[in-house]
Amino acid sequence: MYPASFEYVVPATLEEAFDTLGRYEDDAKVLAGGMSLIPLMKLRLAAPRVLVDINRLPGLDTLAAEDGGLRIGALVRTRTCERSDLLGGRWGTLGAAAPLISDPIIRNLGTVCGSLAHADPQGDWGSALLAMDAEVVARSPDGTRTIPLGELFEGPFETSLGPTEVITEVRVPDPGPNAGGTYLKLERKVGDFATVGVAVHLSMADGKVARAGIALTAVGPTNLRATAAEEQLAGAELTDEAIAEAARLAAEAAQPYSDTRGSADYKRTVVRVFTERGLRTAAGSVGAAVGSARQGSAGGEPATTEASLEATERHDYFSGEETVGGVMDELRDKPGGPDGGER
Amino acid sequence: MKVTVTVNGQERSAEVEPRLLLVHFLRDKLRLTGTHIGCDTTSCGACTVLLDGTPVKSCTMFAVQADGRDVTTVEGLAAGGKLDPIQEGFKQEHGLQCGFCTPGMLLASKALLEENPDPSEEDIRWALSGNLCRCTGYQNIVNAVQWTARKLQSDSATTGAS
Amino acid sequence: MTTEHTAEHWLGRSVKRKEDDRFLQGRGNYVDDINLPGMLHMSILRSPVAHARINSIDTSAAEALPGVVAVVTGDLLAQHNLAWMPTLSGDTQAVLATDKVRMQGQEVACVIAEDPYIAHDALELIEVDYDPLPVVVTPQQSLEPGAPVIRDDKEGKEDNRIYHWEAGDPEATERAFAEADRVVSLDTFYPRCHPAPMETCGCVADVDPVTGKATIYMTSQAPHVHRTVFALVAGLPEHQIQIISPDIGGGFGNKVPVYPGYVVATAASLLIGRPVKWIEDRTGNLISTGFARDFYMKGELALRNDGKMLGLRVNMLSDQGYAYADAQPSKLKAGLFHIVTGSYDIPAAHVVTDGAYTNKAPGGVAYRCSFRVTEASFFIERLVQTAAYELGMDPAELRRQNFIKPEQFPYTSATGFVYDSGNYEAAMDKALEMLGYEDLKAERERARGEGKLLGIGLATFTEVVGAGPSKDYDILGLKMFDSAELRVHPTGKAILKIGVQTQGQGHETTFAQIVANELGIPPQDILVQHGDTDNTPYGLGTYASRSTPTSGAATAVVSRKLRDKARELAAHLLEVAPEDLEWTGDRFQVRGAPDRQSTIQEIAFAAYTNHPQGMEAGLEGVTYYDPPNMTYPFGTYAVAVEVDRGTGQWKVRRMVAVDDCGVRINPMIVEGQIMGGLTEGFAMAAMELITFDELGNCIGSTFSDYLLPTSWETPKFELGETVTPSPHHPIGAKGVGESATVGSPAAFVNAVVDALAHAGVRELEMPIGPDKVWKALVEAGLAE
Repeated sequence: MYPASFEYVVPATLEEAFDTLGRYEDDAKVLAGGMSLIPLMKLRLAAPRVLVDINRLPGLDTLAAEDGGLRIGALVRTRTCERSDLLGGRWGTLGAAAPLISDPIIRNLGTVCGSLAHADPQGDWGSALLAMDAEVVARSPDGTRTIPLGELFEGPFETSLGPTEVITEVRVPDPGPNAGGTYLKLERKVGDFATVGVAVHLSMADGKVARAGIALTAVGPTNLRATAAEEQLAGAELTDEAIAEAARLAAEAAQPYSDTRGSADYKRTVVRVFTERGLRTAAGSVGAAVGSARQGSAGGEPATTEASLEATERHDYFSGEETVGGVMDELRDKPGGPDGGER
Repeated sequence: MKVTVTVNGQERSAEVEPRLLLVHFLRDKLRLTGTHIGCDTTSCGACTVLLDGTPVKSCTMFAVQADGRDVTTVEGLAAGGKLDPIQEGFKQEHGLQCGFCTPGMLLASKALLEENPDPSEEDIRWALSGNLCRCTGYQNIVNAVQWTARKLQSDSATTGAS
Repeated sequence: MTTEHTAEHWLGRSVKRKEDDRFLQGRGNYVDDINLPGMLHMSILRSPVAHARINSIDTSAAEALPGVVAVVTGDLLAQHNLAWMPTLSGDTQAVLATDKVRMQGQEVACVIAEDPYIAHDALELIEVDYDPLPVVVTPQQSLEPGAPVIRDDKEGKEDNRIYHWEAGDPEATERAFAEADRVVSLDTFYPRCHPAPMETCGCVADVDPVTGKATIYMTSQAPHVHRTVFALVAGLPEHQIQIISPDIGGGFGNKVPVYPGYVVATAASLLIGRPVKWIEDRTGNLISTGFARDFYMKGELALRNDGKMLGLRVNMLSDQGYAYADAQPSKLKAGLFHIVTGSYDIPAAHVVTDGAYTNKAPGGVAYRCSFRVTEASFFIERLVQTAAYELGMDPAELRRQNFIKPEQFPYTSATGFVYDSGNYEAAMDKALEMLGYEDLKAERERARGEGKLLGIGLATFTEVVGAGPSKDYDILGLKMFDSAELRVHPTGKAILKIGVQTQGQGHETTFAQIVANELGIPPQDILVQHGDTDNTPYGLGTYASRSTPTSGAATAVVSRKLRDKARELAAHLLEVAPEDLEWTGDRFQVRGAPDRQSTIQEIAFAAYTNHPQGMEAGLEGVTYYDPPNMTYPFGTYAVAVEVDRGTGQWKVRRMVAVDDCGVRINPMIVEGQIMGGLTEGFAMAAMELITFDELGNCIGSTFSDYLLPTSWETPKFELGETVTPSPHHPIGAKGVGESATVGSPAAFVNAVVDALAHAGVRELEMPIGPDKVWKALVEAGLAE
């Protein structure tokens, strides 16, 4: 409850920030939202000598789709993402993840980039952005570089960032108009870390999957790509069998351990179930028919319609909210309330 | 370090260590004890205040971060001895029992109503899911927020204000 | 001219709460809000290990830190005979460890400093040399021969047994089982959880160096008892101790025990001569203060084939932690657990209870348990549900057949309780009707056909509260009466001082309503005072839903005493005989001449200005009420859940709660208490757990691990009522604060089990996380 002492620096420019970081290196920490760092400091699990508060730096709060992709600046809060109209449709994985992170008050201050720099394998942003092939822009006194997320995360709470590097933004490549995705999270209650999280993103072309992104939360030393599952889907038609196989491969890619949230087997099962449900939802959001290879999907009646996808996939459960992009609208339209039932 | 924070409309300054949490600044330096501390892990929301109108957990911010900014605590809600409508709503609908979580609930609710003047039950439960209560079971808190929403709408209809 | 007059009714009325105005404006006065000149701050160093010898404690670096005024260890306390203190169950508990630590989180040293930040900096500078010892984390382990003796501080103690206590008739029960057609058994565990009120425990101890008077502001649910205990422990004369419970941010039984922090802060204030504040952090609260439950229960129900219950046998083993420190009536070692026959007319029962020490925090009786009634009610309602499945009977019909019938009250149970009144069938039928039970059962069948899982769970509980009649109920020898002192001022306003202590239950409003009901003085004209031992009559405090049954009764009785005197005064004023007067609710009227009247306000004025010669002036009185019996609130809770076959998550679709607590003083407040309790029941069923690994490390010592439901998970509640007054309570009220926490966990668990019962599942252990459901789904062949 009472952090150890530290010096507090509020740089006016990024250069000033680098100055301090250069001087103190590992003894200094960057403070943006503080929603990961300050709780650790209060428990004295972290005790940096210097905090470099970047909240007053100009130009770091861009959330915009520009040529080639989406830019999320270092000071973009999760709250902004939750409320942004931008993060539906092709960016739906991100729009689905935002409202599920922590609790609404923490989302008011927590930042997307801060979450990435913290590299908690139980962090949701890491998976949502990994599934969309995002990369971060890291700046230091020595220059600027881009780091794909897969290379940023090295281990639990470990990144490949140098001691003077600051993530100034994360960039997500434009997946094109025939794309969409979702994020599913099983949490014991709002504010708990994920027991399991699965981010799914699909780009379609000519009725087939052009690219699939599947990334997993809380089942490995970092957020994990389910690469084998992604490769199995690439170029394939989205049939029941393909989805089931991808889900199976995603479960195989998971490296969960047993703890109070559940056994490793349980977590693997949830990865499979969520991958399957997430793929169906993502397919629905891009209007892609999910057929059965046995029936032959080309030109045939889709095995499931978007409406029935809604009916079967919609969960009004207290955790693991599955939604397509435009989450807040869906929540507003929900029947019945949190108990989800017909009255 | 010297910090100057506008608290409930008044500029307040003090010499503080950087590590002084905002909640301790409010409670101990300014003697505004309406903001409460309920946990060590940023879980409970009893310490919720409004920072430039947005709810934040004041136990997980340093006072120095609030330098030059606006903070509203529960003490800033009633004006001239008259309760704010959200306070009235909690009283009418029995939205409090021991009162310890109440300041945080009031401020989070007020911020919700400012963003969404006609929230559904789900909207309210979602918006307040960062504030724990052990006494009420939340149902009357939902009722209180909806009571307040109706009152604000009928007040503005009466006065013709938009 | 005759004036028509109808007095207002004050019972059964949802008067808005008087206490709200200060809470809503952030002007509550909780212990941490108190700031005294010269006040110091105390922090506690807690043991990281669960069982170890202490070789040495080096506090020199901590003492040298600027701003530190003192560092207190067990050795220093031992010099003043304060290293150990008595518990409310007649055992002893360490204030600060001397020889050994016996639980993770045990208090080892305290730092007193000018500011809390420095007090916590200093903790890191204290060096303790521990020699780890083998750890015992379950009572089964601790009762094994050869287990390490935890309380080797007690001379001659060679094992970890605490108590053995039985109730009922073993022979009659044997015979019942011999005659039975069916025997259904249940082996279950009610895990350790914690009341976790939003405000943690704490105190500001201010021992005046000149007068020697100790004023202790404390989070106390029982200030008078605490004062007496302090007097005995600290050797301070009792008239020189004033305990003040200001506003308390939730208690739920967590604020009944005496904690080491209170004792050290007081001793420190005495030694240093300045006020000392100690406010516990959440980790301290969860790891060291009075937890709840941790009860292993195994039992059997003997039945005839047609469902008639013949006998009940229950064995219970309680994990008490390292000291027997919970609060319960001294003769009843396992509290009121022997109410385990519940709402049923079971002719024979035998209950065997055992308590054991482990390397964990002391406690057990807490969290709205009514002295272990939560455990008993959970057990019988789970056992009855199991019996219904075994017999192939509808769970509601099995219950209905065995309910104690209205004409059987007052009913003496097989374990000696005399239930005052009840109508169990009416409450159950109301709940089933509200739920739409028959339709829901049909929907459950259809759902199964579609591969969906819907479950319905019932709990028809009977509670026992209102401790208690002095012949059987005492805590540390202090009889469990309670009190009320009422004084009416000349201008007709009044002050009521009570021996109980609200922590959110609304006594400032409800107790004023009791007086208003008897004397007609409106509640806003009555100041209710509690929590200051210098200014209130002796009481045993608020827990176990006892306030309305005891102090509420005392309030009604003392009000009636004043009304009797008011009649004499009115007779004097109106110059008639007292028997010629009629009471209308707020005034006396002359029979046959109603325009000749005296209002209570006029009478009050006369008590000071115009009392008859020979009568004492004033209008006041005090009553110490010894309840003739306990009271027995009851009800039926019905829950419908849906289970996700893929993830094991379950969701409450409906939660219907019908409560009968007799006469309801303030329905709004009663419903608030019920909804809070239902939420706690849901929390225990779904997510709350304090557990330990084999090294005794506590998992569940922060809100990251000890999970409390938010507004998002918490279900909506549909409330109903029946009213069966208590025949012995002056206003027919029974108390209700704990009913929902007692009765609802079984309803939730029964519902989730029911969703899987068609595949043979009978038991799921709380908290029922999705992983547990998934495991059962897999074993039952129901997983997606």
